[in-house]
Amino acid sequence: MSDITPSQTVGPFFAYGLAPHSRCEWRPELGKDVYDWKETAGANLVTADASGSKIRIEGQILDGDGMPINDAMIEIWQADAQGRYAHPRDSRTRPNTKFMGFGRSATDKNGVFSFDTIKPGSVPGPNGEAQAPHIVFCIFSRGMLRQIYTRLYFADEPANDTDPILTLVPADRRGTLIAHKNVRGEPVVYRFDIRVQGENETVFFDI
Amino acid sequence: MTQVFPKESLSAFPKHLTPAYRSTVKRSPSKPLIFVPHTLSELTGPVYGHNAVQEGDNDLTKQHKGEPLGERIIVHGHVLDENKRPVPDTLVEIWQANACGRYVHNVDQHPAPLDPNFTGAGRTITDGKGYYRFITVKPGAYPWGNHHNAWRPNHIHFSVFGHSFLSRLVTQMYFPGDPLFPFDPIFNSVTDEKARQRMISSFDLDNTIPDWALCFRFDIVLRGREATPQDMDKH
Repeated sequence: MSDITPSQTVGPFFAYGLAPHSRCEWRPELGKDVYDWKETAGANLVTADASGSKIRIEGQILDGDGMPINDAMIEIWQADAQGRYAHPRDSRTRPNTKFMGFGRSATDKNGVFSFDTIKPGSVPGPNGEAQAPHIVFCIFSRGMLRQIYTRLYFADEPANDTDPILTLVPADRRGTLIAHKNVRGEPVVYRFDIRVQGENETVFFDI
Repeated sequence: MTQVFPKESLSAFPKHLTPAYRSTVKRSPSKPLIFVPHTLSELTGPVYGHNAVQEGDNDLTKQHKGEPLGERIIVHGHVLDENKRPVPDTLVEIWQANACGRYVHNVDQHPAPLDPNFTGAGRTITDGKGYYRFITVKPGAYPWGNHHNAWRPNHIHFSVFGHSFLSRLVTQMYFPGDPLFPFDPIFNSVTDEKARQRMISSFDLDNTIPDWALCFRFDIVLRGREATPQDMDKH
């Protein structure tokens, strides 16, 4: 038994502290910025110095009854367009120093979240194999005593077929990790729904 | 490259499905989680510089015109990794109910008064020794709908980052001697007694400021450890 501090649920009331300007439109008549508190990290990851394709990720998170989870907090972590992480462990040179690769979106009353970001590049993987472009998702909500991790992959990436992580997932469940392109103008939108439980349950990772 | 951060550490965490906490029943994965190796994507994580936090963000009693009602307290401690080494320069965010047990959040309908001088959100960055400090008021207990006569023990919510996205921790800090502990399914979702104790702050008389505020110490131990040169070589 290690000595780490146990996880506890984020609960239903995190928004005013962690995501005050996000999609929590609890009282739409007041507008989005319901809470007068600065935002640490928001749902827009795009910085002026970030090269690559601007994309938007949209999705809905659903519970075991197929009901929207309207009080979830979704966090994403990703590499830049060249596949480099803004972190000391990734020692490669990174000219776009403002791009942090971290985003946070609270869901709205319909369980919908969204991020504006840059499509990540391919990232180094185990044993020198490249990983297909992907984004790590970390999900918190009331009713979750600990976070759950998943990954978003892009439907239009041939590298998915050989990705060292995706190929560990049973073939009939891989589809739950694939975001589909919805071309309806700029920026390109990738749709990524998350089903926490039940039929077509999203694959979550034991990491 | 395999599990660079030992997974056994997670045995202290609650199970996803903990039926006594009713909301877990429909919000926990029912299929087995897929075991995968830790890659650069998991072993890196958000790094926050001091620009994310402004001076005074760690004093929840000075965010409005007047002082909030309630018992002024200091909450401080160190953020450590699994090797008990300090985690410097990491973001610590907190949110909490006011002294009456009421959150500012619009969904909170508990008929206890809001305090115009208290929002209940704070943040800080740990210093070079992993140390953080907040000034706030002691949050009140409040009822919730989980079961008949359900009340949450007094607690402050903590969100911490750490060395990687696997170190990410959202937890709750409790206060010593709370009579509600035996009845709270969230607190008791941590089934190991010693692990539960690690969520309870300790009263810190040495750092209590005479005639001003009680002090509580809450050290936070995150999963993982700082990368060694050998780890770096693996990438």
